[in-house]
Amino acid sequence: MSSNLSFDSFSTAIAGSHAGPKKLTQTPVTTGTSVLAVKFNGGVAFGADTLGSYGSLARFRNCERLLKINESTMIGCMGDYADFQHLKDIIEQMAIDDLCKDDNITLSPRSLHSWLTRVLYNKRSKMDPLWTTVVVGGIEKGEGFLGFVDKLGTAYKDPIIATGYGSMIATPLMRNAWRPDLTQAEAVKMVEDSMRVMFYRDARAFHKYHLGIVTADGCQIQGPLEVQPDWSIASLISGYE
Amino acid sequence: MSSIGTGYDLSASQFSPDGRVFQVEYAQKAIENSGTAIGLRGKNGVVFAMEKLVTSKLYEPGANRRLFGIDRHIGMAVGGLLADARQIVETSRKESSNYRAEYGGDVPLRYLTDRVAGYIHAYTLYSAVRPFGCAVILGSQEPTGPSMYMIDPSGVYYGYKGCAIGKAKQAAKTEMEKLEFSNMNIRELVKEAAKM
Repeated sequence: MSSNLSFDSFSTAIAGSHAGPKKLTQTPVTTGTSVLAVKFNGGVAFGADTLGSYGSLARFRNCERLLKINESTMIGCMGDYADFQHLKDIIEQMAIDDLCKDDNITLSPRSLHSWLTRVLYNKRSKMDPLWTTVVVGGIEKGEGFLGFVDKLGTAYKDPIIATGYGSMIATPLMRNAWRPDLTQAEAVKMVEDSMRVMFYRDARAFHKYHLGIVTADGCQIQGPLEVQPDWSIASLISGYE
Repeated sequence: MSSIGTGYDLSASQFSPDGRVFQVEYAQKAIENSGTAIGLRGKNGVVFAMEKLVTSKLYEPGANRRLFGIDRHIGMAVGGLLADARQIVETSRKESSNYRAEYGGDVPLRYLTDRVAGYIHAYTLYSAVRPFGCAVILGSQEPTGPSMYMIDPSGVYYGYKGCAIGKAKQAAKTEMEKLEFSNMNIRELVKEAAKM
């Protein structure tokens, strides 16, 4: 644990009584890397690779990090995979409750984004965060919606969202290619191209990924798809055998 | 008709000299006066049909709905006092969701029915509460096949191939006995249900 005693007692005081195991600021254990998402004319497209890293070990190579919630909503998660699974259970139950009530009111991307922001912010304010960054997307009132929430509770909406290294590597590429009247095919190509660049450059990335698409016709997750990398420039690099 | 249970019918915590709990019997009476509900279990699913009693033209369409979803794979039809039934629906939903949180999967219907029946039965043991004035039919589609159970206000439940509650239950049951359930799929059953 932290060697700074005063920091320990500070966070204990905020966390309150010790019912259950002590959960203070954690270190993530099994982690997922970037999630990319782009809004096109008629919906949103997501990409997230299927790797659960255990530090620098590429340990779990078949982790699905995209989650379909209902026909109009999907999320993608980066960070601690256990925290994602915890959120997955809770959100799936919310979706089942919606289904049962059958009153034409279902979880929308905007509502889910708002809910997640509140949950993640409140947990971080108790020094007990869920170490995840979530991208929420789907169809809201006939139009595409894309929202970001991180472990601090920072939230924003944008037509292009990428988390982690993706925000530095993929976002500039996607922004250059984006237009408001982007078609679904162009958006999917944008995600595929960005996933390829992420695989080249992110040391915790993987060549297999899931592709999620939400349109007015519904929500589907395809995959695992494979990045088609092009290593032909490798022969030009001196010293590369 | 029911005999007058003078003095022994005031609370559910009392037996009558001939071994009956009148409050529970009166609860069963409440169901007999409600609209008919039937359940039919075929070889690939369960079909519920409810008689829609339109007591006023002022109601919005969809008012007085007596069919409820309990989980992705379980549905419930109710007969009797609708307000009592709503409590049972909520309890069933909670049980189902607790099972999912603990065991990570869909609750098997016979397990859920057992839990809900135990809950309904508890209300027949104390004078501080009254029994539920409703019967529920639970149906589900599971990997092992379709299932259907009916729980009455006493907390007793049985599995059924076909069951009916409410005003026209006798007539419905007579019609049902003519059907060969194990061979029918749900499309055929929906037609039979509509005829009933």
